[in-house]
Amino acid sequence: MIYREAGDFKTSYRDDGQTFPIRLDRWSYYAALAVAFLVVPFFIDSYWANAVLVPFLIYAIAAIGLNILTGYAGQVSLGTGGFMAVGAYAVYKLMTAFPGVPIFVHILLAGLITAVVGMLFGLPSLRIKGFYLAVATLAAQFFLVWLFNKVPWFYNYSASGQITAPERTFLGWAVTGPATSASAKYLTCLVFAVALAWVARNLTRGTVGRKWMAIRDMDIAAEIIGVNPLSAKLSAFAVSSFFVGIAGALLFAVYLGAAEASEAFGINKSFLVLFMVIIGGLGSIFGSFAGAAFLVLLPVFLKNVLVARLGWPTDLAAHLELMIVGALIIFFLIVEPHGLARLWRLTKEKLRLWPFPH
Amino acid sequence: MIATPATEFATDGRRIGPVLMDLRNITLRFGGVVAIKDISFDIREGEIRAIIGPNGAGKSSMLNVISGFYVPQEGEIWFEGKKRPPMKPYEVARLGLARTFQNIALFDGMSVLDNIMTGRLNRMKAPLWSQAIWWGRAEREEVENREQVEKIIDFLEIQNIRKTPVGRLPYGLKKRVELARALAAEPRILLLDEPMAGMNVEEKEDMCRFILDLNDEFGTTIALIEHDMGVVMDLSDRVVVMDYGRKIGDGTPDEVRANPEVISAYLGVSQE
Repeated sequence: MIYREAGDFKTSYRDDGQTFPIRLDRWSYYAALAVAFLVVPFFIDSYWANAVLVPFLIYAIAAIGLNILTGYAGQVSLGTGGFMAVGAYAVYKLMTAFPGVPIFVHILLAGLITAVVGMLFGLPSLRIKGFYLAVATLAAQFFLVWLFNKVPWFYNYSASGQITAPERTFLGWAVTGPATSASAKYLTCLVFAVALAWVARNLTRGTVGRKWMAIRDMDIAAEIIGVNPLSAKLSAFAVSSFFVGIAGALLFAVYLGAAEASEAFGINKSFLVLFMVIIGGLGSIFGSFAGAAFLVLLPVFLKNVLVARLGWPTDLAAHLELMIVGALIIFFLIVEPHGLARLWRLTKEKLRLWPFPH
Repeated sequence: MIATPATEFATDGRRIGPVLMDLRNITLRFGGVVAIKDISFDIREGEIRAIIGPNGAGKSSMLNVISGFYVPQEGEIWFEGKKRPPMKPYEVARLGLARTFQNIALFDGMSVLDNIMTGRLNRMKAPLWSQAIWWGRAEREEVENREQVEKIIDFLEIQNIRKTPVGRLPYGLKKRVELARALAAEPRILLLDEPMAGMNVEEKEDMCRFILDLNDEFGTTIALIEHDMGVVMDLSDRVVVMDYGRKIGDGTPDEVRANPEVISAYLGVSQE
């Protein structure tokens, strides 16, 4: 009865274009933000941070990035892992080369470096589409990981071939390194996730977002209207890679602390993020969060239920997880290609009419 | 170089201005097939210019040449008194040409409003950072352009489907939204590729009314391809008739109707 559009009139085009046009949506969104920023940091322990919240936020950023490219601009990419590696190695090189600069600047710079690399690998998209483009980005994935393993300069000639995040502080709080508290990790990732989700929303509802969607839906018509396909596709690759690069930088510097390219940023990572986008919903910011939450929480959930409660062996639970994710991907592709976001929207539309649907 | 005849008035008093676009000796070949053979005609400001002809006559190819989709092997296109160099379609769009398609080419995943807003892309120049934080120029442009788009929505009477995804709309409305998208660009010349194809009588009447109103109220120059002879003869000021890639007639509807070559090629030879 409360969840209504009726009576919620908009008197300006500015109001009409806002992200949450329904008042209740808007309030619950602000409430969720307030809880995330003001309540959670005081109660978070390292299990919740490391197993659930921090990976959720980081993968949500990566999923938004891939969603901009694949969901909004229609360019399939299997290079997400490789671009995350670029972000991670960029932030590592920056952190070790310029220890005096604040870590947040480094993370943003790492994003910009990834954007440039992403544009470079996006160039083939002007000539090829669909599966062929996917294969071209797959080449980026393998080439980048190979590059970071092969050239010792990238890992500062360390004997193990790994990169390890040194400790960096922000306002006296450790943000990276082994001494980082759970709440500092969580808050760092939360700030980036909220800010980037806001930026992604703004971009996709504005001019550049329309250009991307026009290219996705019908590239010939888009060009006739005046969309330059070169700039539209490359800007999608750049913005997407910026997001993915920041996710990679956070994954390495804040979450993992140490990483090795082929292990942390292998092809599995590309597919994981792609599955998040497919399950969550192509072309939806909310869907990116939903997909990331789903695929981060599923293993935690299965482990708690199957291993801890039912006493199954760990490997059996891990295999079951693979089967469930595989089945879900097929299910979503056939039944609901727009993913969890679409299911959520349908629920909301039904709820608006409830309890009098006629 | 270009001849600019004095302003003329059409029979119903509308002002017909000087030549806006002049196509000179256009020849377009696909391999050995000659799609357009040495065709010249002009489009004058404020007029409704029709291109007619049997199937395969090269009408759509002609429109594609005008909108920059095909580059003719020979011939020149003069626009606003200047020779147009070979251009990409999006550059042609920036000159002020907008078009609709024979098979509707809308963006199915976007709402009606977003589709029409896309038509105004070339008027929205806010830098990326401004769009990213939705502040300053980006927000201002969004509201200003929305106002213009709402005028078009009112004009075409599609207020009630504003936020509907285009994919869900019936055929006739899709055609109308496509016209709205082309109009949103405020084009110097509006190119319509069979705007009435596949419509029922009522929808055709609506579309005719919109085309006439557009030309009448806003002075929009329109070039259209159409199969419905009744519609063409009623709407247009001047008609180009094509057959097998050649131009076989050019003039007012009455002149064209009286042209024996046109009659035999297209309207049919009488049985007497």
